[in-house]
Amino acid sequence: MIVIKGVPASPGIAIGTAYVLENEEIVINRVDVPAMKVPAELRRFRAALAATHRDLDAAESKVLKMLGKEHARLIDTHRLILRDPLITKDVTKRIRTEKVNAEFALSESLEVVNQAFEKMQDEFFRERRHDLFDVGKRLLSHLLRQEKKSLSGVKTPSILVARNLLPSDTLNLKENNILGFVTDLGGKTSHTAILAQSMEIPAVVGLSDASHRVKTGDTVILDGDQGLVIIHPSPEAVEKYQGLRRRSMEEDTALERLRGAPAVTADGHRVKMMVNLDAVEELKAVTILKGDGIGLFRTEYLFLNRPTAPTEEEQARAYTMVAKAMDPHTVVIRTADIGGDRLSQLGLEGPKNEANPFMGLRGIRLFLRHSDLLKTQFRAILRASAHGKVQVLLPMVSSLRELQSARRIFQQASVELEAEGVVIPKKVPLGIMVEIPSAAILLDAFLEEADYVSIGTNDLIQYLLAVDRINEEVAHLYDPYHPAVLRTLEGIVQTTHKHGKKVTVCGEMTSDPKAVPLLIGLGVDVLSVTPRMYLRVKQILRHSRMEDLKALVAKAMRMHDSDHIRRLLSELEGR
Amino acid sequence: MTEKTFVVKNRLGLHARPASLFVQAASRHRCKVTVTKDHAGEEVVVNGKSVMGLMMLAAACGEQVKVVVDGPDEKEALKRLEELFNRKFDEE
Repeated sequence: MIVIKGVPASPGIAIGTAYVLENEEIVINRVDVPAMKVPAELRRFRAALAATHRDLDAAESKVLKMLGKEHARLIDTHRLILRDPLITKDVTKRIRTEKVNAEFALSESLEVVNQAFEKMQDEFFRERRHDLFDVGKRLLSHLLRQEKKSLSGVKTPSILVARNLLPSDTLNLKENNILGFVTDLGGKTSHTAILAQSMEIPAVVGLSDASHRVKTGDTVILDGDQGLVIIHPSPEAVEKYQGLRRRSMEEDTALERLRGAPAVTADGHRVKMMVNLDAVEELKAVTILKGDGIGLFRTEYLFLNRPTAPTEEEQARAYTMVAKAMDPHTVVIRTADIGGDRLSQLGLEGPKNEANPFMGLRGIRLFLRHSDLLKTQFRAILRASAHGKVQVLLPMVSSLRELQSARRIFQQASVELEAEGVVIPKKVPLGIMVEIPSAAILLDAFLEEADYVSIGTNDLIQYLLAVDRINEEVAHLYDPYHPAVLRTLEGIVQTTHKHGKKVTVCGEMTSDPKAVPLLIGLGVDVLSVTPRMYLRVKQILRHSRMEDLKALVAKAMRMHDSDHIRRLLSELEGR
Repeated sequence: MTEKTFVVKNRLGLHARPASLFVQAASRHRCKVTVTKDHAGEEVVVNGKSVMGLMMLAAACGEQVKVVVDGPDEKEALKRLEELFNRKFDEE
């Protein structure tokens, strides 16, 4: 048994036989090209460039289908590399002036860049050179008219062992029987590692000589959590890892079974469990959870990276798509909580540098200043409400007047649409985020006019404790278990229930396994959770008894020290 | 010719994505764009329209780079690039 330690690049455990990918040593010879053949050589190089561009188009549609928009940006970078003067100008210049074959010219140009990258101290930057190799290799294989070695030779589920894997290789692993991979080179931040994580393929990289030590057919254990590779494992090691793998799979399947299962405590108390949505692209990850709808649709993403504000049409399209996908469940759409710094980017008048943007022009304050933006968003939301159950949520409300002004604009939008002949539901609920202490204190007045409330714990804690989480000097004072936070939450729930209305909690606390029992025990009606933690939180809910959690809250409420509260909750979590 | 010095403010520095954005913006203009970074007392100069070049600078968060633009539309180009730096390349 040999254990080698590498870099854990993607978590998970794989046990199986190794398939060693032979190192493709491409030998490139320098061939002198007679002057009259130089134009033909240049044409050959350009044809290879075009073929590589076609490869990238194909890879892009694959990434889009499998992993989504965020990862497709990688292909954009590869396209830019292919268009980089270092490749297009430098290589053609070498062919022309040195009168050499395109392969040799290309490898010379790549080597210059490679040497510059290898000298870099910063691992993160050094790892980017693999993107260059990826593009370079594709280009070279087209020049050599060589088919890239494919993994289709892997007939049984195997652990792939290679000197190095390029991002584009990683994309083909799942469909080719690969359980996990091990490489000599590479780091945790390479695109190969990032893709492996997204595809949930366990991986250990940076093992220096694994590809020499392992032979095809060897039994190998890959521990992507610890970054270990075990060659010829002892029976005990196999047993241990099989146990570990079984347990983690059991945990996963236990969670999987909770999709669509009722969100109730063991003693029958129903809590609505909704999901947070940050962008339309994540919709698929949300629908498969079969939850109770979307408790917080953050619309900020529509306003980022663009020179003008999104049109009503564009917004209506996005909201309608989400409303339709979730119907008959509710979608709570929050008007954009953007800061003043965004305004100038959208071509609007706005403050240049606010000293304290968290307390500055943002959320409903900004949208009331630019009420055309608010009305456009309201109109788009109302139009979507014809296609599913929709609610509207206002961020950063600190005074009743803000709610009243927003409500007026909301009514105007609805009257206008009706006059235009657009059919919209009679009543679309309008609620407020309770995230500024003044809203929590004056809640009874707000509840005369708001249809429901949603607690944004992140901001509420930050404002309640006057702690800027980004400021390292005080970040440790940010404390969700501060007794004042619990009392405030309790007050919000009780006041809202007294008015016969419902409380949602969104924000990080709903995704913290330790805090969830507390929120349930406080009597929160709706939890809106990140997709990643959704099933885990549901499991906690289903294993709890409301009676016990109420007792827990009563106990916590008597404590004056957050450490005591934290200990109380840890004990419960450990059980 | 116009030049301006910027501090890289996004956490991960000028890695692939910001470098791509920079090159895309720079390539929309006709003027020449070069980027310079001081590397242990030595000036490293790269082509601002080359994504590999920019990544080779390995400009990390907090480091200074000098952008030099030269050509008919240099003012506009510099403004575009300045916006990218100010927006931290839309990364946070």
